[in-house]
Amino acid sequence: MSVEAPAHPILDPLLAPPFPQAALPMLRNPQLRKNVGHAIDVIQAKRAKVVAEKTDWQDLRSAASAIRAQALGNLGAYLEQFESKCTAAGGKVHWAADAAEARQIILDLLREERASEVIKIKTMTSAEIQLNPFLEAGGVKVFETDLAEIILQLGDDEPSHIVVPALHVNRSQVREIFARRMGLANLSDDPQALTAAARNYLRRKFLDVPTAIGGANFLIAETGSVVVVESEGNGRMCLTLPRIMITLAGIEKVLPRFQDLEVMLQVLARSATGERMNPYTSLWTGVTPGDGPQRFHVVLLDNGRSSILARKTERQTLKCIRCAACMNACPVYRQTGGHAYGSVYPGPIGAILTPQLMQMHHAQSLPYASSLCGACYEVCPVKINIPEVLLELRSQVVNQERRQIGRFFDPMYLGMKVANFLFQKAWRFHLAQRLGRIGMRLFTKKDGWIHWLPSIGGKWTQTRDLRGLSKQTFHEWWAARGKDAK
Amino acid sequence: MRASLFITCYNDTLFPETGRAVVSLLERLGVALEFHPQQTCCGQMHANTGFRGEAFSQAKRFVRLFQDAETVVIPSSSCVAMIRDQYPGLIGELGNETLRGELAALLPRVYELSEFLIDKLGVEDVGAWFAHRVTYHASCHGVRALHLGDRPYRLLAKVRSLTQAPLANVDRCCGFGGTFSVKNAEVSSAMLAVKLQDVVATGAEYCTALDNSCLMHLGGALHRQYAGMKTIHLAEILASTEASPAGATR
Repeated sequence: MSVEAPAHPILDPLLAPPFPQAALPMLRNPQLRKNVGHAIDVIQAKRAKVVAEKTDWQDLRSAASAIRAQALGNLGAYLEQFESKCTAAGGKVHWAADAAEARQIILDLLREERASEVIKIKTMTSAEIQLNPFLEAGGVKVFETDLAEIILQLGDDEPSHIVVPALHVNRSQVREIFARRMGLANLSDDPQALTAAARNYLRRKFLDVPTAIGGANFLIAETGSVVVVESEGNGRMCLTLPRIMITLAGIEKVLPRFQDLEVMLQVLARSATGERMNPYTSLWTGVTPGDGPQRFHVVLLDNGRSSILARKTERQTLKCIRCAACMNACPVYRQTGGHAYGSVYPGPIGAILTPQLMQMHHAQSLPYASSLCGACYEVCPVKINIPEVLLELRSQVVNQERRQIGRFFDPMYLGMKVANFLFQKAWRFHLAQRLGRIGMRLFTKKDGWIHWLPSIGGKWTQTRDLRGLSKQTFHEWWAARGKDAK
Repeated sequence: MRASLFITCYNDTLFPETGRAVVSLLERLGVALEFHPQQTCCGQMHANTGFRGEAFSQAKRFVRLFQDAETVVIPSSSCVAMIRDQYPGLIGELGNETLRGELAALLPRVYELSEFLIDKLGVEDVGAWFAHRVTYHASCHGVRALHLGDRPYRLLAKVRSLTQAPLANVDRCCGFGGTFSVKNAEVSSAMLAVKLQDVVATGAEYCTALDNSCLMHLGGALHRQYAGMKTIHLAEILASTEASPAGATR
C-alpha cells in the first residue's frame, strides 16, 4: 500500500507554496483527512474529559498565562540566571542568534566528541533549524527515537503536528514503512507488533550510541534545570545511557521558578495529550558525576524570537508551551492537516509563529489561514489570543501590499478600498446597492439565485450559490414605510 | 423602550427580510424603533482582512452616529462582536480621547438581538408560531465572542408548533470567516462540507442562526446541492405568527 501524501512535503517557509495552494492536495486526500479527523477526535475527547474534571481550570489557565508573561517580561535576566546556574552545575551554555549558528555549534560539538552517530529525543526546534539534514551532510548519522519521529524518518516524511508528528499516518501505513525499512516482511499492523518492532530497532541504538540531542519543554532560571516531558520513555533512555547530551531550546522556554512547574505540568499534560500527568517527566541540572551524561551542553536559540518579544501585541506568541491544543481545536487544521502550513509549526500557533520567525518576509498567506472562529483562543492553556495576533499580522501584510504597485491588480485590495470609500457616506453606499442590483441581474437565474460569478465572486460560486439581490433594500423599505405612515 | 436599529450593511443589501422581521417583532413587543439613515457598515470586513485604518474610519462613523441612541440593537452576532471586541483596540490605538470616551459610554448600550430580548426586555415567549422542524447553528461569534449560551434555545423553546432538532458539533465553524471564504475558498468549502453533514443529519426543514453571514454560507451550499433544507434568521422565526407566518423567501 502506498502513502498518498507527497513523500517530501515542503516544511521550509522559504520554499513552501502559499497555504491555499498547499492545502489543495490535502483536501483531496481521503486517507489523510480520515487519519487526521480520527486522531484529533480521540485527542479532543480525552482533553475535554480531563479538563472538565479540573474545577479550577480557568484559574490554572490564568496562572499559567501569568507565569509565561512574567518570564517573557524579564527574559534576558532569567536566561542569564539560567546560564549561571547551569554552568555552576557543570553544564555549558551556548548562545545561537539564528538557525545557521545553532546548527554549526551542534555539529562542532559533535566533531569535538568524534561522534559519527547521534540519537535524538523529539524536538520541533531541531526541525525548525533543519538540523538533521545538516548533520547528515556533515557526516553524522541521526537516529530519531520517538516512535512518531521514527515513522517519519523511515517513511521519508515530515511532521504534521507538534505533539503527535505522525498524526496523518495510520497504522497500516506504519506497518508498510516498518516492513520495508526494517526488513520485516511478515509484520502485522497490530499496535503491539508495531511498537515491538520499533523497540527492537531502538534498543540497539540506545546501547550503542553515546551521544544524544534533545529539546526542552522548560528551562528553570532559579535552578538551571532542564525539563523534558514525553510519553514513551525514549527521552528517559537518551538522558541516562549516553555520555554526551546536547539540548537545543528556544530562548522563550525559560520559567522563573522551579515551583512554576506545578502549574505548567498540569496544563501541559491535560492540553497536549489529554492526560492528567504525562508518563515521563525528566528533570536534570548540569552534570551529576557517575549518573547520566557526563558532558552536557545547552544551545539557546533566538532565530527571530527576540524581534517578536519587542512587539506589544505579538509578544504573547512566545508564551506558547507547544501543547498543540489550538491545532486540535482548529477546524482549518482538521481539514488540511499540518503539511499545508509549510512549516514545522502548523495550525493556529504556526499561522502566527511562522511568519514572525520569518520576520514577515515569508509565509504571509498563513495569517489568513483561519476563519477567526476563536476555538484556538478558547483552549489555549496560556491564553494566547491567537485571533488578535492573526489580525495584527494581517494588517502588517496589508501594509506591505499598500507599498506595492501590484495592489492595483489585486481584486481583493481594490474591493476593500472601494468598499471603504462607499461606506463613508450613506448615499454612496445606497447608490452602489442600486447599481449592484442592476449589475447582478445579469447573473441571476430564473429561480432568483446566482450560480456563477466572475473574478473573486467565482471563488464563492465554485461551491455555493448566492441568492439574487432583493428588489428593495431594508433602508428603502423603512423609508417607504415612513412615507406611508404620513 | 426606545431602541435604534443597526441593520448592518449585508442585512440591508442581501437580507432585508431579516430587518423587516426585527421591526415587526420588536414593535409587537412595544419597542419604539428608530433607524439612523446615515448608517452603513461596522467595519468588520476591513478589520478581519487586515485593513485597520479603513476599519477604524468605519468604527469612528458608527460611534458618532449612535452615541445618542438609548439602546442599539443589532441582528448580527459577528457585527456585535466586532464592536465589542475590536472597537476598543482600534479606537484605543487610532482614536483620540473624546472618541474613546464616546465608545466607552456607548458599548454597554449595544445589544445583539437575543441579548436584547432576554437581558433587556426580559422576554422569552415573544408570541411566535412556526410549524417546522428547526436546527440552530450557534455561530462562532455567538458562542465564543458573545457567549450567548442558551438564550437562542430558550427563545426557540417558546415558539409554538416549532420542533427543535439538536445540531451535533454545534460550536464548530461553518467555514465562512468573511473574506476567508474566497481567499481560502477550497479550505472553506471543505469545512462547509463537514458542517453540512451535521446540519443535514438533523432532518430539519430550516437551519436558523443569529448571523446571516453563516446562513448565507450554509444556505448557498444547501441550495447548490438541492438538499431540501432552507436557512432563516432567528428574527424571522420569532416574528412569525399564525396569522402572519414567515414567508420562505430563501
